[in-house]
Order: sequence, then structure tokens, then C-alpha cells
Amino acid sequence: MLANGDCSSTELTEHYLERIARLDKDLNTMISVNSDDAISGARACDERRAAGENSPLLGVPMVHKDIFCVDGGKTTCGSRMLETFHAPYSATVVNKLNGAGMVMLGKANMDEFAMGSSNENSYFGAVKNPWQRDCVPGGSSGGSAALVAARLAPVATGTDTGGSIRQPAAFCGLTGIKPTYGRVSRYGMIAFASSLDQAGPLAVTAEDCAMVLQAMAGSDERDSTCSNQPVPDYSKSLGDSIDGLKIGVPEEYFSDGLDDGVASAVRSALAEYEKLGAKLVSVSLPNQGLCIPAYYVVAPAEASSNLSRFDGVRFGYRCDNPADLEDLYTRSRGEGFGAEVKRRIMIGTYALSAGYYDAYYLKAQQVRRLISDDFDKAFADVDVVAGPTTPTPAFKTGAKTDDPVAMYLNDLYTVSANLCGLPAISMPCGEVDGLPVGLQLTGQHFDEARLLHAAHRYQQVTDWHQRMPAGLE
Amino acid sequence: MNNIVALTTDDIKQIAHLARIGLDEAAIEPLRDDLTTVLSLVEQLNAIDTAGVEPMAHPGNAELRLRDDVVSEENRRDALQAPAPDVEQGYFLVPRVIE
Repeated sequence: MLANGDCSSTELTEHYLERIARLDKDLNTMISVNSDDAISGARACDERRAAGENSPLLGVPMVHKDIFCVDGGKTTCGSRMLETFHAPYSATVVNKLNGAGMVMLGKANMDEFAMGSSNENSYFGAVKNPWQRDCVPGGSSGGSAALVAARLAPVATGTDTGGSIRQPAAFCGLTGIKPTYGRVSRYGMIAFASSLDQAGPLAVTAEDCAMVLQAMAGSDERDSTCSNQPVPDYSKSLGDSIDGLKIGVPEEYFSDGLDDGVASAVRSALAEYEKLGAKLVSVSLPNQGLCIPAYYVVAPAEASSNLSRFDGVRFGYRCDNPADLEDLYTRSRGEGFGAEVKRRIMIGTYALSAGYYDAYYLKAQQVRRLISDDFDKAFADVDVVAGPTTPTPAFKTGAKTDDPVAMYLNDLYTVSANLCGLPAISMPCGEVDGLPVGLQLTGQHFDEARLLHAAHRYQQVTDWHQRMPAGLE
Repeated sequence: MNNIVALTTDDIKQIAHLARIGLDEAAIEPLRDDLTTVLSLVEQLNAIDTAGVEPMAHPGNAELRLRDDVVSEENRRDALQAPAPDVEQGYFLVPRVIE
């Protein structure tokens, strides 16, 4: 549309800003909206296009999850701790998407410090699922998912430490990809668990995800864990046949706890893949049941270390009238962090404390190796592993807030990709009682192109991804 | 399965102290319940034989790159200290530590 002059970036940006102003009061998907900067950015893009520039993302509006630092802009991470924090530099992802000509409309709501599966842990209030407003949008990138589902922007960034892109994508009927660990720079992305965190896009189609991931990915001098491996052209072979693609189906993914409606939607999607020429192969991930226990040691341990930087001294919230330094630390952290963040910091602190380190942290890292070995074995026989993204569709707001473990089990199928550093994509593949269902494909390291390709082919023969929540005209 | 998880309220206070998180008295009991529930979930790991398994601290086999030892960032002290709650002459201010 932008390329052939059907509309300008300014018009498109005004269109989305108008929708945000009208619809977001109820949905609460955004923490900040930068209307003036967006309009002036869009005008600049229109001038660049008029001068002959024609890159595919030039002038396309988007929203960043509020975990990405934007120079001079408010970056809250969904926390009281950073309520008034203005970042002194921009994340690499922000710079790259700016460079590609994307126009930032604002920052998306999220679970505090990306800890949550329902977006109920935001200091700035819960986000509503546009499909059914009494349901959660998923988390932690719940704002990003809900706003794209409500067509308040065509694309948003998210981050994924245990499923935080894929689970909300599934709950909101979107396509979302968590790239291989190291594919996208983590510089300027506020850290939760540094060996698990990855950034990726949420959009309506795999095709859109391919274009945005293209712009996000690649090496970065400022993140030594970011890979130097060349980034392939993700859009080039999207339309190619997937004849002969070997899809591994782990029976462990279809066991207790999986909603019947979700199971049958996923089975139908797999049947659709067979029609497209893919071969289904039964594989086994015997340690699947240990993913959540291992994750809830590794992630909190890393979080307790990362979040020690929020001490009321260098940035962020400071309590009133501290009596002494100890009081400054404990009250700033006690008052600045929300309940779930405190819970996870304390689990991590305990798991890393003297006398428990071997029993918890070391043990979890050994089990992490076993889980990773399972995938290596599976990938000896298949190209991708498929299954449900989540055990159930979106649940009602408040339904799981009193039971942390019930909440954690939402991530049953998603945490393994983070533990193993593998790329994984979620795409809409059905509905249960009017709520979207997600199909997840997990690939080998740096095989994002194959995941996007497989998702795109499915989306060419199905229309689940095109369905929209009602009442958002 | 062993049951090393039997957290007391004193344990919670000790963990909160280690994490430098101030807790209201009323928050301690619910936290004890929550942490006990989560640690019970984690206990499943103890049933697994991991003798001789190399711990995996990091996904993939990524080797950390080294860069040339040259200055790459300009001095932006004022900008980087701007978000601090209390700064004077380039120092971060905290309550008096030494009387």
C-alpha cells in the first residue's frame, strides 16, 4: 500500500493513532503513546519514499514492548520501579527498526519485568483480550499481542523468556516467533533471565513476521552473546513447496492437561500439513515433564541476579526518607517491585543460596542438558517439532492469580525452546468457544527461515490468521 | 522424593534479607505458602538421575566473542546519571554510611 502510493505513512500512522485513542481506553494495551513523534517520523518516511527510497518497512507503524529502551523515552518494564525512568540510550532492536524506517507509535503494556503469563502483573493495570474482554491476553508480551489483535498497529515487538511471545500470540490469534538464542541482540532490552531472553515480532501473518525479524536480527558489537552467523533472506522462499518436510509429533505434547478442543485443532492443523506434502513422524521428548520444574529454577535464579541492579541508587524508584543504606535498599525494592517479581527473586535467591546451589541450580542445569539432548535426538529424524502452543485457550482474568503453579503451567509447551535456545513460532490454527488456538513449530538452531516458511504455507491454505475479534471497527 | 522444602517464616525473612526486599509482616505467610508450592514443583527434579550429566548454563555452543581492546563508547556520564534519584558532581548519593 505504501509502495504503490495507495496511502502515505502519515495517513497510516494517523489511522492507527485514531484507533488507539478510541479503543485502548478499554483494552489498556499501551503504557505510552507518542503521537507527535510518530506523526513527524511518518512525515520523514514519506519524504524518504518520495525521494526514491523503497525498503519494505519504510513508514510502517509499530509498537515496542515497554522492555526496550528508547533514548529519552519512558521505559517502564511494566514496573513501579521504572515508572519515571527515561532511558539514556536505545536498544539495538529499536535502532535497527528505526533504521528500517518503522514508525514507533508507543510502548506496549506487559507483565512486570516480563514475569507472567496473563499480563495481570503490570503496575499499569491488566490488559484485556480483544477476543473476549473478560479473558487475559496472555503474557508477558500481552499488550503487544492484544494491540495487534485489535489492529491498533500492524506489528509489535515482544520478548520471550519462557513463552512470552508465543503464548500471547496463541491467546490473541496472532503469529509470533521467538528466534534462536543469539539471533537478535539483547542490548538495551531490560534483562529478565539472560540465558533465555530473546526478542521477536508479533504480527498477523508469518510473512509480516519474516520482514520484521529480518530487520531485527543480526550481530551486534554491544551484545557478545549475539551471533555473527549471517541472516538469511527470510522472505525469499516463503512460497516454496514444503513437500517432504518432516514434522515430529511428540506424544508427550498430547497428554494430561491438554484441552480437548486445543488437541483437536492442533491435530487438524497437522492433517492440513500432510495435505501440503509434509510427513508426520512420531518422536519422543521423554523429559518434557521436567521443563517447567527446571525452568522455575533457572529463570528465577538468573532474575534474582539481574534484578539486583534495582537498588534505588543508580536508577529507578527510591523510597522516601531512607534511615540508612540498608533501609534504602530494602524499602526501595520492597515498594518498587510487585508481588510476582518479589516471588521470583526470592525463589532464585533461595536456589542460589549457600547449601542449596547444588540441589537446585546445578540440578536444574543438568536436567536442562537432558531436555536439550532430547531435542537433538528428535532433530536427527525430523526438521521441525510440532504441537500446541498452550494447554488451553485464554482463561478468565483472575482465574489463576491465587495459584502461581497453575499460572506457570501455561508455559508447559513453550519453555523448552528457551531452555534449549531453539527458535519456535506460534500461529493460529483454530478456535475453541470463540477463542483462538495456537500451533507451535520448534526448529533447529538458526532455522527460523524454515519455521516462517512452514507457517506461511499453512496460512496460504487456511484463514485462521485472518480472523479478527468482533466489535473493533 | 525427599522433602527438603519445609520453609518457616524465619526462612522467608532470611531469603528476603538476602534479596534485600523489605516485606510487611502480613506478606510473609502468603509468601511462605507460595514459595513452598513452587519449590514442591521443583522437587520433581530430585527424582531424576543426573550423575555425570554436564550442567548446561547456556543454550547452544555459542562462543563468546572478544572485541578489540579499544575505546568504543564516548563519555556520557551526565546522560547516564540523569535517571538516578540523587546525584552530585558525578557521584551517586546515598544515606551516610560512616558516622
